[in-house]
Amino acid sequence: MADDPVLNATAAAVPADALVETVPPEVSPLRAFWSAFSENRGAVLGLAVVVFITLLAIFAPVLALHSPIEQFREHVLLPPVWAGGEWAFPFGTDAVGRDVLSRLIYGARISLGIGLSVMLVSVAVGIVLGLAAAFLRGIVEVVVMRVMDLVVAIPSLVLAILVVAVLGPSLTNTIVAVTVVYLPRYVRLVRAAAMAELSKEYVVAAQVAGVGRLRLMFVTVLPNCLAPLIVQAALGISDAILEAAALGFLGLGAQPPTPEWGAMLADSREFIRSAPWIVTLPGLAILVTVVAINLMGDGLRDALDPKLRRS
Amino acid sequence: MPLLSIRNLSVTFATGRGPFKAVDGVDLDVEAGELVAIVGESGSGKSVAMLAVMGLLPWTAKVTADRLSFDGQDLATLTPRERRKIIGRDIAMIFQEPMSSLNPCFTVGFQIREAMAAHLDLSRAQRQARAVELLELVGIPEPVRRLKAFPHQLSGGMSQRVMIAMALACRPKLIIADEPTTALDVTIQAQILDLLLRLQSESGVGLVLITHDMGVVAETSQRVCVQYAGQQIEMQTTRGLFRDPHHPYTSALLAALPERAHGRLLPSIPGVVPGLADRPKGCLFSPRCRFATDTCRTVPPPRANAALGHALCHTPLVDGVPRAQEIAA
Amino acid sequence: MFRFFLRRVALTLPTFVALMFVTFVAVRLVPGDPIEARTGERGIAPERLAMLRHDLGLDQPVWQQFLHYANGILHGDFGVSIVTKTPILHEFAILFPATLELAFCGLIFAIVLGIPAGVIAAVKRGSIFDHSVMTVALAGYSMPIFWWGLLLIMFMSEYLGLTPVSGRMDLINYYFEPVTGFMLIDSLLSDQEGAFGAAVAHLILPSIVLGTIPLAVIARMTRSSMLEVLSEDYVRTARAKGLSPLRVVGLHALRNALIPVVTVIGLQTGTLLAGAVLTETIFAWPGVGKWLIESISRRDYPALQGGIMLISGIVILVNLIVDLLYVAINPRIRHGG
Repeated sequence: MADDPVLNATAAAVPADALVETVPPEVSPLRAFWSAFSENRGAVLGLAVVVFITLLAIFAPVLALHSPIEQFREHVLLPPVWAGGEWAFPFGTDAVGRDVLSRLIYGARISLGIGLSVMLVSVAVGIVLGLAAAFLRGIVEVVVMRVMDLVVAIPSLVLAILVVAVLGPSLTNTIVAVTVVYLPRYVRLVRAAAMAELSKEYVVAAQVAGVGRLRLMFVTVLPNCLAPLIVQAALGISDAILEAAALGFLGLGAQPPTPEWGAMLADSREFIRSAPWIVTLPGLAILVTVVAINLMGDGLRDALDPKLRRS
Repeated sequence: MPLLSIRNLSVTFATGRGPFKAVDGVDLDVEAGELVAIVGESGSGKSVAMLAVMGLLPWTAKVTADRLSFDGQDLATLTPRERRKIIGRDIAMIFQEPMSSLNPCFTVGFQIREAMAAHLDLSRAQRQARAVELLELVGIPEPVRRLKAFPHQLSGGMSQRVMIAMALACRPKLIIADEPTTALDVTIQAQILDLLLRLQSESGVGLVLITHDMGVVAETSQRVCVQYAGQQIEMQTTRGLFRDPHHPYTSALLAALPERAHGRLLPSIPGVVPGLADRPKGCLFSPRCRFATDTCRTVPPPRANAALGHALCHTPLVDGVPRAQEIAA
Repeated sequence: MFRFFLRRVALTLPTFVALMFVTFVAVRLVPGDPIEARTGERGIAPERLAMLRHDLGLDQPVWQQFLHYANGILHGDFGVSIVTKTPILHEFAILFPATLELAFCGLIFAIVLGIPAGVIAAVKRGSIFDHSVMTVALAGYSMPIFWWGLLLIMFMSEYLGLTPVSGRMDLINYYFEPVTGFMLIDSLLSDQEGAFGAAVAHLILPSIVLGTIPLAVIARMTRSSMLEVLSEDYVRTARAKGLSPLRVVGLHALRNALIPVVTVIGLQTGTLLAGAVLTETIFAWPGVGKWLIESISRRDYPALQGGIMLISGIVILVNLIVDLLYVAINPRIRHGG
């Protein structure tokens, strides 16, 4: 669904020698990327939704009708407008009378914030550790890669639970826990990409020219490993959001009254029968956000790194 | 009635950049027991035409033909099920890449016996015996042990022998060999070609040999059909073709043979086969043709008569000299 | 083959040791003294504290404590729960069949639906079916399964009344002693009419919830693996033999396409056990996932430590088996090609 079926089917079907490639005119890399990316309708839709949610998160104080934690005791468990509620609380209220819509909008801040922080920290640490393993080899590589093997061996959520159990439940510790869980992907990816680059002639040429090791690592090699890293980073945001929401749902993430989507779901469990909207809406928010980021990530992958195409 | 009879066969692929005609109006007759060669460069549509006969093209390909008959049956009107009864039993095909044409997950024996199980009424033991016999026939030592081998344990030449054994399994009337030696080492190429020719003459099976090697054509076939950019540009007896090629392209191909070259430089044909984007209006060979005139560049050429090798040319060559064709043909 | 086996096992050992180390250190890092955590806020006499510390070996140097801990694990001693005072291995062994049963059914659900969906999507690529499968797979892949579970309970159980809301068994109507610990088998062994049906009914929603992400992963992987295989030369060879499309796709293509899919299925063990924590919490399923979460809220750190050690150990073990299985189904590796 992410790719044009007719075009790809043909590429696979026609014997390679039956089509003589026409050389496309030179275009800037950015423009080439955009034309490849925008060909994918799903990716563009995902991008639009991500932009929309980001805007909601940035302008939450302006857009939200109420404070996310203010309790309107006279409006407890008010249904949404379409189910006979009031316009003052378009998506209804929760069990202590907080405006669901406002909480959802502020929740976007938290979820995107977690996703981005986890991504940035793990990409940064992943680059350093991955490059170190690839360049220094020896004991550094062994230790780093064995530790990553261990982290991968423990089921993601179980590891996150362990970290939170040690550090105590909070929003910051959620970020730490999820970062630990997703770090190995970046380390492994950067190391593998760097190792592949290291065997190429331009690296040897740079070494011969006397380029320093740090410069070689970050200036010469790293930029050539970026495409798969960007793709992984984009897809990593959505995984981090899901993982953090799961922790929130288990009561091990953001603590009340923080309007975190997973924690909102945990609060809603007892109202499955009486107030379905406070169960449905936060989950829908998570799903839409994650689907949008994944669509965008798939599009990025297809546009940036055709080798990684899953189909 | 010839064994295989093709008239005006065309294959069009739907591509992202519009339809692409990979095969354009090909005619071919193959008599029982005859060896016909099809020559052409990469991209001339020679494989695609034969895959169309086999019904092995993907769904993006649209096949049309005025006649596409085998052994008196019209292949085009058969149901897929009826057609599968002929494919693999009466017509078999050998491919260019023997290593990747065998399924890596199954033993050689399984893959040979499978064709028999699908088409012949043989017991398990009979199939095994026939498989052993086939491997002996194609010159594989220790056939019983080799039948238990997986394809990755065989060399390229060995794999191609297995492919040939597989093609022979049901005693076909026609074998289509699609560049059967191209992917092999030079020393092995001659062995495999000799094997094919020996089996062909012994069993009297019809053989269509697809190749880009004029040398192979000279050594093997009785008749030859030259394809260029999906079109059939010349067809005549091998002897006639080598003595007096009528199409300038054939002539240029022959001139490029090392043993025919005069002087110190090997002649070559400038340019490449036209693709989807740069298809000429008139004769498809005109951009590369030494003899091209304005007519050649603007008007699609007519087909000459049998005496001129059915050449698709405005000015077919006679003894190397272009001669204007009477529009009688 | 045997050398590969040895090398792979040897690679696993350091991971086990590191795992022991991490669980050991993690629990030491938990703020607060384990004795105080036990005695609560009542306080304790200093001499009694010293005695307890000695009993638990807390007065020894840390490296000795670690060796003691590692030695215990090697002998099957994962410590004793603070809350229930029973050995952790014992508690785990009682609860684990419930998780295993759930994970197994979830995986079966994912495989039975995912592989055919992926195969058909690949064969009919570009069709409406293909697009639907890929859309559903994307949603499944992105699904917060705790929410998905709540939605299913809301709709299937509360609204339609089709399935039970929670638990493994209808304990009001049926009671029988656990024999194997697997409710599906025990209910059959009990000879009580309707017990098996009740066990199945309890399993349906949790299995669907737990199987959703693996389903999406398997369907996507099968599709892309199939697409790749279908354009291989040997598939064309199979068709050139005049074999039926079912045999070409279902035998020649699928056999090859399954090699990466089996690996992916094996790698879902971690996903399944992580998902089990959430699924068991939602459905009040008495398995190790729910037990793990509860041991956190009870501050039962030995249980948490032992539980994580056991769960991770199982995942490492299964991944090892998957690697060996991969070799077994791939003749190219099996014969050292």
